[in-house]
Amino acid sequence: MQEELLVTVRSNALIDPGLHIWTWEVAMYLFLGGLTAGVMIFAALMTVLRKDDEAPFATTQLAVIAPVVLSLGMTTLFLDLEHKLFVFRFYTSFQVLSPMSWGAWILLVIYPVSILQILSTLRAGYPQVASLADGFVIGRRIMDWCEAHRREIAMTAIPFAAALGIYTGILLSAFSARPFWSSGVLGPLFLVSGLSTAAALVALAARQHSERLLFTRIDLVLILVELALVALFIINLSTGSAQHIEALKSVTGGPFTLIFWVLFVGIGLVIPLLLELLEIRGLDRRIAVIAPVLVLLGGYVLRQVMLDIGQESTWTSYPTQYNAELLNRLHD
Amino acid sequence: MTRFAMVIDTRTCIGCGDCVVACKTENKVPEGLNRDWIVEATNGTYPHLTTEFRSERCNHCSNATCVTLCPTGASHHWKDTNIVLVDPDMCTGCKACIAACPYDARLVMHPDGYIDKCTFCHHRVEEGLDPACVSSCPTRCMHFGSLDDPGSEVSRLLRTRKYKVLVPETGNEPNVYYLI
Repeated sequence: MQEELLVTVRSNALIDPGLHIWTWEVAMYLFLGGLTAGVMIFAALMTVLRKDDEAPFATTQLAVIAPVVLSLGMTTLFLDLEHKLFVFRFYTSFQVLSPMSWGAWILLVIYPVSILQILSTLRAGYPQVASLADGFVIGRRIMDWCEAHRREIAMTAIPFAAALGIYTGILLSAFSARPFWSSGVLGPLFLVSGLSTAAALVALAARQHSERLLFTRIDLVLILVELALVALFIINLSTGSAQHIEALKSVTGGPFTLIFWVLFVGIGLVIPLLLELLEIRGLDRRIAVIAPVLVLLGGYVLRQVMLDIGQESTWTSYPTQYNAELLNRLHD
Repeated sequence: MTRFAMVIDTRTCIGCGDCVVACKTENKVPEGLNRDWIVEATNGTYPHLTTEFRSERCNHCSNATCVTLCPTGASHHWKDTNIVLVDPDMCTGCKACIAACPYDARLVMHPDGYIDKCTFCHHRVEEGLDPACVSSCPTRCMHFGSLDDPGSEVSRLLRTRKYKVLVPETGNEPNVYYLI
């Protein structure tokens, strides 16, 4: 027999009986951050590769989604903070070893880059909005400048957006105290997932059939890469030390097995992969449209499931005999 | 870095919980929250059982992942010692340090929202006193002092007795020692 249990009260909120500090707000931010990165990268990449004709939506209209989606994500992230009035403290120092600090500063750079990216294609993508801005000298000049430097702006956007996409994964893998996150694969996995959700968004929103098909093909490759990264992640943990193997049990028979394999891998990756394969061979659009919707859903589920399992995985855990409801009796 | 350590003799600890009460009183820890706690570990097969009591808290790690991962610098080592503190005016309540602690030794200070933890009673240490938990222990199983001073009680105990720290595999270099 080997038993370790708490004999005095420890019922710290969000920590006992199991760690559950981060919920949907953070998962949503990680998802929307990844989507923003993907959106900016594709908009920039199509510009750099001069795909204006093949991908008119991605080159001229997609970029506008980035700051909207990112702002939504930052709002949910703000909701998660426990000491909200002190949010400005993210910007009074730079902690070189903290991925979260890197993230805070990356977000600050992403906004102006994203705005420049939008302005560089505003006249082509949203002529009515652009004509409003053209009414002012400053607006006209800024747009002229952005259009003249369209490729340079796109080239600048790619590394910053990639940093945004990959940091969300590195952020989790930096927590050595949470064995389930102890894998360097998380960074690339979150980046590829962000790209995949952005490709799905284009496949969903583009009007031109050939553009939809192009992004369906791109997404197909990205899903395959994502599947490979998931496999590497599993191999990584299963060949780790005791606490990694223990952490992996939550998806190999443990409480998260169904949600991980059925909802994330099955519905979020494999089914859209098959649907996209069929779409390329001419599947009816009304059915094919399910694929990008599932990819977007899978992107969110990936963050939520990683967040939930990681928090529960631990080096130390004690059962407690303490019943929190007993405290209420003090007040009766 | 000046290293302060706590050395707790599991052979004389009876798990009475006085250290827990002393901490709550000294630091005015809100109802329902705890900076320290006691674990009862039982090993063996009846009738050959051994029981160990451990008074646990923040390990004030020399390589503290909670300090490394804090995005604002709120979580810091106090005055070039290993004592880990959180500055409430710097803390955003992002909870990264809670996730970063392999010992689950941090808590959200409700209703204020900043992160709170054991401070090794640094306000007492500054005055040359022991932390409240150590000074209240009725069996005197808890000891506190500097590991840099070879003549200190903690240094002497670690030289002469068998000891362990909790999950050293984390690489955090904890500074709460248990005599076994």
